[in-house]
Amino acid sequence: MTTLQLRVNGSARTVQLDDPDTPLLYVLRNDLSLTGAHFGCGLGQCGACTVHVDGAAVRSCVVPAASVQGRAVTTIEGLGTPERPDPLQASFIREQAAQCGYCTAGIVMTARALLDRNPKPSEADVRQALAGNLCRCGSHARVLRAIMRVAAPGGRA
Amino acid sequence: MAARKLSRREAIRVGLKAGGVLVVGLTFGGRPLPAAAQTIPDADRFLGKPLALDQVDSFLAIHRDGTLTVFTGKVDIGTGGRIALRQMVAEELDVAPDRIALIEGDTALTPDQARTAGSYGIARGGMQLRQVAATARVALLGLAAPRLGRPVADLEAANGGVRVKGGGASVSFGDLIGDQALGLAVDPKAPLKDPRAFRYIGQSLPRPDIPAKVTGRHTYVTDVKSAGMLHARVIHPPAVGATLRTIDESSIAGIPGARVARIESLVAVVAEREWDAVRGARALKTEWTGGTPLPDHATLHDTMRASAPVRDQVVAKKGDLSALTAPAAGARMLAATYRWPVQTHGTMGPSCGVADVRADSATIWSSTQGPHQYQAVFARILGLPRERVRVVFMDGAGTYGQAGSEDAACEAMLLSRALGRPVRVQWSREDEHGWDPKGPPQLLELRAAVDDGGVVAAWETRAWLPVATANLPGVPLLAPDAAKLAQPQGRSTGLIHQNVDPPYAFANMHATVHWIADAPLRTSAIRAPGKIANTFAVESFTDEIASLARVDPLEFRLKHLANPRGLEVLRTVAGRMGWRPRPSPAPVDPTAAVLTGRGLAYVHYKHDETIVAMGMDVEVERATGRIRVTRVVCAQDCGLVINPDNVRSQVEGNILQTLSRTLHEDVVFDRQRVTSVDWTSYPILTFSEVPQLEIEVIQRLTEAPLGAGEAASAPVPAALGNAVFDATGVRLRTVPFRPARVLAALAGRG
Repeated sequence: MTTLQLRVNGSARTVQLDDPDTPLLYVLRNDLSLTGAHFGCGLGQCGACTVHVDGAAVRSCVVPAASVQGRAVTTIEGLGTPERPDPLQASFIREQAAQCGYCTAGIVMTARALLDRNPKPSEADVRQALAGNLCRCGSHARVLRAIMRVAAPGGRA
Repeated sequence: MAARKLSRREAIRVGLKAGGVLVVGLTFGGRPLPAAAQTIPDADRFLGKPLALDQVDSFLAIHRDGTLTVFTGKVDIGTGGRIALRQMVAEELDVAPDRIALIEGDTALTPDQARTAGSYGIARGGMQLRQVAATARVALLGLAAPRLGRPVADLEAANGGVRVKGGGASVSFGDLIGDQALGLAVDPKAPLKDPRAFRYIGQSLPRPDIPAKVTGRHTYVTDVKSAGMLHARVIHPPAVGATLRTIDESSIAGIPGARVARIESLVAVVAEREWDAVRGARALKTEWTGGTPLPDHATLHDTMRASAPVRDQVVAKKGDLSALTAPAAGARMLAATYRWPVQTHGTMGPSCGVADVRADSATIWSSTQGPHQYQAVFARILGLPRERVRVVFMDGAGTYGQAGSEDAACEAMLLSRALGRPVRVQWSREDEHGWDPKGPPQLLELRAAVDDGGVVAAWETRAWLPVATANLPGVPLLAPDAAKLAQPQGRSTGLIHQNVDPPYAFANMHATVHWIADAPLRTSAIRAPGKIANTFAVESFTDEIASLARVDPLEFRLKHLANPRGLEVLRTVAGRMGWRPRPSPAPVDPTAAVLTGRGLAYVHYKHDETIVAMGMDVEVERATGRIRVTRVVCAQDCGLVINPDNVRSQVEGNILQTLSRTLHEDVVFDRQRVTSVDWTSYPILTFSEVPQLEIEVIQRLTEAPLGAGEAASAPVPAALGNAVFDATGVRLRTVPFRPARVLAALAGRG
C-alpha cells in the first residue's frame, strides 16, 4: 500500500493506493469523489479527463497519480460552481455550448489552461489548443464561440 | 421569471392513501432547477403512482404550492427535451417552466412513451404531454368555476392558477387540487392553446442541465455508486462469436483485489477498486475457440451486391421504366453506385451500466434511450415479472441510437445476479469501438434516362440493405449469448429504407429495396437510420442528372419540387449563400493548388416530416486530396419549434457529426473482429475542421412539430459530395471521403 499526499483544488488530500501507477483519473473519481473529469478512452486521445497539473492541461487517464505528488492539481470542480461559474464557464452557459456534456469538462479545462497563459488567443490558437479534445454531439461551433467571447477585447477570461 | 425555483434540497413526501388519492408534499429552498429525475431527492416517494398512458396522473402531479412534477418516459440525451418538454406543459397550464420538476425515463415512475428515437421526443412525446396538460387545464377550470362563482367560459388559466378572463378573482392550482389525484383520462380532444397566445413555446429558454455540465457537477451513469458495489471489466472475445475455453486465474494472482467472475463465456474481472478491475482485465490470460468469420472488409459491398435477397420491397413505383430499357433517340443514360460503410456510434464515454439484482427484483441504471423497452428485455432475461425490474435512465455520453449502454447494463445485471452484489460494468474504449452494435453498410445503384430536353424520362433506385427482424424486442445483447441464456435473435437496424426514392416529380420512378440477410457485425439504429446514405445517393445522383443536363442544381430541384415548404428552404439557403445560377462543375483551373466549389442537397425526411436544405462551400487541396469544408448553410422547417436555440443546436450537431461520418469514418475489421478500436484508427472530426455554420430554422406556429433530432444529418454527405464535384469535376460515391480516396478519384482511379 502506497500513501500519496496530493494537493487538489487547493486542499491537501491523502490517498492510499495498492498500485502507485494508478492513473490520476481513478483517484480523482473514486477516492476523492471528483467526478467532473470523465473516462473517455484511457489512451490520452479524447481529452474528456483533462485536468490541470501546475496549470498545464494534462490527460488524467494516463498520468500516474504518484507523479503529481507535490504539484497543484486542479479539476473542473476547482473552477466555478453552477451557482457561481467562472467567466469561461459562464460563457459556455450563455452560449449553451454543450449537448450530452460528457466531453465538456475536459474542453473547459483545456481552454482554461490556454486562457491562463494567453488571455487573448486567436480563434486559430483556440482550435489548435483543442485539437486533442473530441466532441461527438457537434457542439464545436458553440464551444469556439464561448471561448472567443471571453478572449475578445473587453471579454473577461 | 419571478417564480420561485425548485430546490435540489426539496423534500417530497408522497404516499398513496387508502382511497387512492395521491398526496404529495413539497418544500422548497432557493437553488437551481433539478436537472433530472435522479437529482430530485426522494423521487421514490412517488412510487405507486399511476403509469397508464391514458391517465393524466401518470404524467402530471400538481402540488399544493403550485409547482408541478411531470413524469415522462422520454429521455434527454443531450438534446434539450429537458427544457422543451417543460415549455410544452408550461404553455398549456400557464405555469412558469422553472416551477416544473421533470422525472425522466424511470420505469417505476414514468409512463412508457416508447423509446426516445426517430426524432419523436417532441413530435410525439411532447405532444402527449401537451394533451395531458390541456386536459388538466380544462379540469382545473371546471374545479374553479364554483369557487369563483363564474361559468367556465369566463375563466382562463394564468400564472399557475385560474382567473376570471381579463383579470380579477383567481384561485391557484395548488388550492384547487394540490397533491390530489385528478383521476382523469387524457382527453385527446382537449383544446390546445391558441398559438397566438403562446408565452413559452417558441422561446429560447436555457437548458437546466448546462450549468452542472460545464462545472463538472452533472451526474452521469458512470457516477452511480450503489452500496457494496463491485467494479467489473468484461473480457470480450478475440473473435466475434468465440467461446471461452480456459481462464488462467494465476495470471492475476499479483492483483490481490481482483478476482474472476464467469458465466459460461461471459467473463469479467471484478474488484472493490476500479483500477484493480482494469489492470486485472488487462493481465488475465484467457483462451477462446471458434467464432463466426466476418466478410472481407475490402470487398464488403461486392459481397452485399452478390447476396441473394431475402425479399424485395417496392418503396415507390410511378409510371414505367421503359425509357431505361428502350431509350428514346437522343436520350442520355446515367448509372451510378453509392456505398456507405459500417460506422460506429462513437459515444464519447465507453458504455457503463450499474445493476443491483436481488432474488425477486432488480434495479438497473443505464443511459439507454429505451428504458421501458429494455425493462421488458431485462425482465425476460432474468425471468422476473416486468414490474419487478426497474430501469432508471441516467445521463450518459450521447449514444445517437443504440451504442453499448444496454450491453454493459445487461452484463452488469448478470454479474450482479451471480455475485449477489451490485455491479458496475465500465467498457474500455476498445470494447466500445469493437463491440457496440454498428450502423449497417448500405449499397445503392441508381439509373436514369434523361431526354434531350433535359427531362428525366425514368429514374430507378435499387438498394441492397441488411434486413431487420420483425418484432424484435431489442438488439440481441452480448451478455445473454455469452452466458448461454436464450434471447430472441435477429437484426435491428431502424427504418433504413426510407428516402431511397427522390422527392421530385419524375413521371417514371421506381425505388426498390433488396433486403439481404447478412451484414458484418451486430447492427442497431444509428442517427437518422439509413436516411443519410439514401439521401447521399439520391441527392448526389440528382446533381449528376442536373450536371448532365447542364442545368443549375438549385434550378433543377426547384423545377421538380411541388412542396411550397420545400421550395422555401431551398430558396432560403440559396439566398444566404448568394447562389448564382450556373451548371456544375465550376470551370476548373488546371494550375490551382486549391479548388473551390459549392454544393446543395435537400431532404424531406421520411417524405412526411422535417424539411431541410443545405448548402456547402468547400476547398479541395489537389496535392493531398484533403477536403476542407469552409461554410455550411442550412434552412430547416420542422414545423412548430418549441425552443429555437435548442433546435439550432441539434442542427449544428447533425451537420458536424455527419461531416465527421462522411469525411472520416469507416469501421475496419479483419476476419475475426473489429480492428479500428480507438480514435486513431477510427478518427472523427476535430476542432480544426469545424466550418462556419449558418442555420435558419423556420418557425411554423400553427403546424405540428416534426422533429429536429436527425433530419439535418441526411443532406450532409450529398451537399459535401456535390460541392467537391463542383470544385473538381470528380464525383465521390463512396464514403468516407478520406484524402487517399479523393486523390485516387482526382487521378481518375475513383
